[in-house]
Amino acid sequence: MAERKDIEIDFGRIEAQRTRLNLGPQHPSTHGVLRLEVELDGEIVTEVVPHIGYLHRCFEKYAENKTYPQVIPYIDRLDYITSMSNEIPYVLGIEKMMGIKVSEKVEAIRTILAELNRIASHQIAVATFGMDAGAFTPFLFFFRDRESILDIFEKLSGARLLYNYIRIGGLMNDLYPSFKNDVLDVINVIRKTNAEVMDLLIDNKIFIERTINIGVLPADVAISFGCSGPVLRGSGVPFDLRRDEPYLNYDKFDFEVCVGKGEMGTLGDSYDRNIVRYHEMEESCRIIEQALKILPDASEDVRSAMPKKVAPKGEIYAKAENPKGELGFYIVGDGKNKPARIKSRSACFVNLSALPAISQGSMIADLILILGSVDIVLGEVDR
Amino acid sequence: MGFLDRLDKGLDPVGPDIMLGTVEDLLNWGRSKSDWYMHFGIACCAIEFMAVNAAHFDLMRFGAIPRASPRQADFIIISGTVTLKMAERIKRLYEQMAEPKYVFSMGSCANSGGPYWEHGYHVLKGVDRIIPVDVYVPGCPPRPEAFLEGMVQLQKKIRHQEIFRKREKMSPEDLKAIEDRKIEMEKQYQDYLADQKLKNQEIG
Ligand code: SF4
Repeated sequence: MAERKDIEIDFGRIEAQRTRLNLGPQHPSTHGVLRLEVELDGEIVTEVVPHIGYLHRCFEKYAENKTYPQVIPYIDRLDYITSMSNEIPYVLGIEKMMGIKVSEKVEAIRTILAELNRIASHQIAVATFGMDAGAFTPFLFFFRDRESILDIFEKLSGARLLYNYIRIGGLMNDLYPSFKNDVLDVINVIRKTNAEVMDLLIDNKIFIERTINIGVLPADVAISFGCSGPVLRGSGVPFDLRRDEPYLNYDKFDFEVCVGKGEMGTLGDSYDRNIVRYHEMEESCRIIEQALKILPDASEDVRSAMPKKVAPKGEIYAKAENPKGELGFYIVGDGKNKPARIKSRSACFVNLSALPAISQGSMIADLILILGSVDIVLGEVDR
Repeated sequence: MGFLDRLDKGLDPVGPDIMLGTVEDLLNWGRSKSDWYMHFGIACCAIEFMAVNAAHFDLMRFGAIPRASPRQADFIIISGTVTLKMAERIKRLYEQMAEPKYVFSMGSCANSGGPYWEHGYHVLKGVDRIIPVDVYVPGCPPRPEAFLEGMVQLQKKIRHQEIFRKREKMSPEDLKAIEDRKIEMEKQYQDYLADQKLKNQEIG
């Protein structure tokens, strides 16, 4: 038998090579047509550059060429998941410019619809975030329940996704008779599913391990980027326009501003952002219940305050707390029936700008989760 | 419908199970019942497509399974507003798909530019300007039921196709016509791009 020798092999020095990877625009987990240019050192992300503009649909150009009421459908299409909520800041802004006062009932309906839409949006956010982490069942659960919210919207406005329901000075039409019961039913269903998803996904050890301590966004960084919505609140900053600068009739309701507490990992990680969305669904249910109580039963003409001619003069910045964050419209009117200029401040765009900062140094597999936890909609990013 | 019907009628309780039909029929029947798709979701219509895919409408009962890669897909679903920046990518994806391939255009935007047809300086006015479309589903966004109807139409189309008409056996005129059409489409697309660029400059 030959004597065994220790063999020495000189592998030399392995040069660390940086890889440049293109993620998107066609990629199933970029949540739309976002392109991320990623620089990798092995498996570690050293740089992320988001490229946007694949869904630039010329919103501002359209706003200059359409009359004030005609702009509303295009506002629906900014963030197409939260159409009802999108319409609110625009409509409120123009009503303020023209000095229109809407009735108690209209305000209550707007609040209810905005909160229902918030639930629908957060359902998609939590569902797709779960899907990014590999959980498919919550996605099916949430989409099943989302249908019942969409059914209500459809009965009201005739459309499932893009409603054009909230009009300047009123609403498209009055509620249908069984609206209250429908909404109460939906709330029950949502609470039930949320409890199930808590067991299935949020409280699941694998899910927690997978999402904590990644994409940590400290509060001061979040504020300096101008983040808003669940992304900001996930970092522990209790800022919510509904409470801090109440519009509609939010000041009448008792609700909590959910913030991330860092109970599982670091404060401001992906888990916190997700759990904020989850708890906000419950708060929305509470707001809806209170709003249903003050909703007048008697039918009234919800179009009575609608102006014949919409031609405001002056400028205004109107904002509202959308599911994704603060959506604002800077409207300049010059007394004609078309706006001179509308600039929209979109929450998604601002929140996305924080992505390079929070994903540096993470693993490539976590990058998708971090992106999912920011919850962007490209329609609003590119406009 | 189609192939299995014939089998049922021809089935003899005691005799041999013989069914007459062409191989093409059999293949088409199989193909139409298991088309795998690549979903190219761009805008709002993609959300409706997600609803189609989820439990309530359940697209998978048509045998359609999502694939992430164009090379494994039988048809591609373009759902949303196709912008000029995106157009090139869509064309490339389509070219990467293996024959036979089909295109599903979902929503007014992909059909014709939709709400953005007028002042949309960055919007392609219909995805059929760059790739040939088989099924158009109208709506903004289309109802999920409308999408499922489109799916049925696509299956119908596949079932009646002649897949064995080999290129070698085609007459030279036909082949030339195909080539001409390709060149024409390419030219149309280039013209359109140039046109749009000019317009954009005018707009400033
Ligand atoms: S057709 Fe309508 S719903 Fe579909 S992408 Fe275009 S604007 Fe959105």
